[in-house]
Amino acid sequence: MRRRDFLQLSIAAAGSAALLRFSPTAEAASFLRRRNGEAPSPFTIVQLSDTHVGFQGPPDPLGTKAFEHAVDTINALDTQPDLVIFTGDLTQDSEDPAEHAKRMKTFRSIEDRLRVRKRYHVPGEHDSALDGGTLYREHFGESHYSFDHRGVHFIALDNVSAGRPLVGRAQIAWLKNDLARYPKSAPIIVFTHRPLFDLKPDWEWFTTDGDEVMNVLAPYDNVTVLYGHIHRVDHHTFGHAQHHAARSLIFAFPDPETAGEKKPMPFDASQPFRNLGIRQVHTAPASVDDIELSHNEIAGTNGIQRIMKGAFA
Amino acid sequence: MSLLLALFLAVNPPRVVEISAKRFAFTPSEIHLRAGEPVTIRLVTTDRAHGLLVKELHIDLDASVDDPDSITITPSQAGTYTAICDHYCGIGHGSMKMKVIVE
Repeated sequence: MRRRDFLQLSIAAAGSAALLRFSPTAEAASFLRRRNGEAPSPFTIVQLSDTHVGFQGPPDPLGTKAFEHAVDTINALDTQPDLVIFTGDLTQDSEDPAEHAKRMKTFRSIEDRLRVRKRYHVPGEHDSALDGGTLYREHFGESHYSFDHRGVHFIALDNVSAGRPLVGRAQIAWLKNDLARYPKSAPIIVFTHRPLFDLKPDWEWFTTDGDEVMNVLAPYDNVTVLYGHIHRVDHHTFGHAQHHAARSLIFAFPDPETAGEKKPMPFDASQPFRNLGIRQVHTAPASVDDIELSHNEIAGTNGIQRIMKGAFA
Repeated sequence: MSLLLALFLAVNPPRVVEISAKRFAFTPSEIHLRAGEPVTIRLVTTDRAHGLLVKELHIDLDASVDDPDSITITPSQAGTYTAICDHYCGIGHGSMKMKVIVE
């Protein structure tokens, strides 16, 4: 069975977040029911990334407002997603572990407003690179793991806690073992923080051993990688794998093809959530929608005043 | 490394260029290498772990306070390259860069 028979992925730019859908054909559903014991059935997930709770600075003077607005946006969806996935940099790091722990608790308090109860995380370097992930694990549990949901195999990979952009031998060995029981046609969604390919190495947009990870995944026909880190939407396809970067919820980075240097795009008070957003992933029909959190009702002077007064909190 | 190259380097050890890392800067901030000439890049750090990465030149070092790191390369392509710290070291990490100029 070819990937195109199972997963017809379309990418659509919408007004305010990001969305993925995977739609198995009847033949594929029957095949996977026999092979996996659980047939894929339509569902939706939402990806949020790079909330950087605790960040203070000119690129985003509104702190957690975009994150909070994203939570409100998801809660208002007519059809609630089955899962919400956070792809790292949940918090801004601090030299003071107590302060960093406080930021993780603040993240949790905002996240807990989601109606969706099934939520999964991976760390970004700002969460775990300074202490090897000790504080992160205390608050969010293991930093790499896998699970199955309605016929799709999800794999969380940690490519930051080593301090360097590295998955590492132990985790790659674990990945091989984890995948061994799945048929090559199994739909697989990998979520991690940094890109698993050399997107822009001198901007630190890479994972040193990303090639080794993708070689392990190469025999599988249906692989989708969701990641963050680059604070902008990006879509690449290599072999059988599609790689999708989601927008941030704190500030955006510019297009490296046209920007001379890596620095956050300036805050625009007239469009405070411009270039920020979420991703929605639907499994039927297969699609990824990247949604920007720039709604008319919160743009302009009135909008910014409402945000500052907490109207969207 | 081929046997001949190993023998050559044993008799004619390459020039050593030492780079010191400390949050959030490298010293020196610019080094000059010659295309076709072997050179050993040595990274030392005085405060915590840091990296030195130039993918195009195959430089990928990771040093901690008691454990410097080094690599011998022979750059082939002249140009100006940006070296970055790729071991996350704090809020100023993103600005920790230096230039490697191959002439």
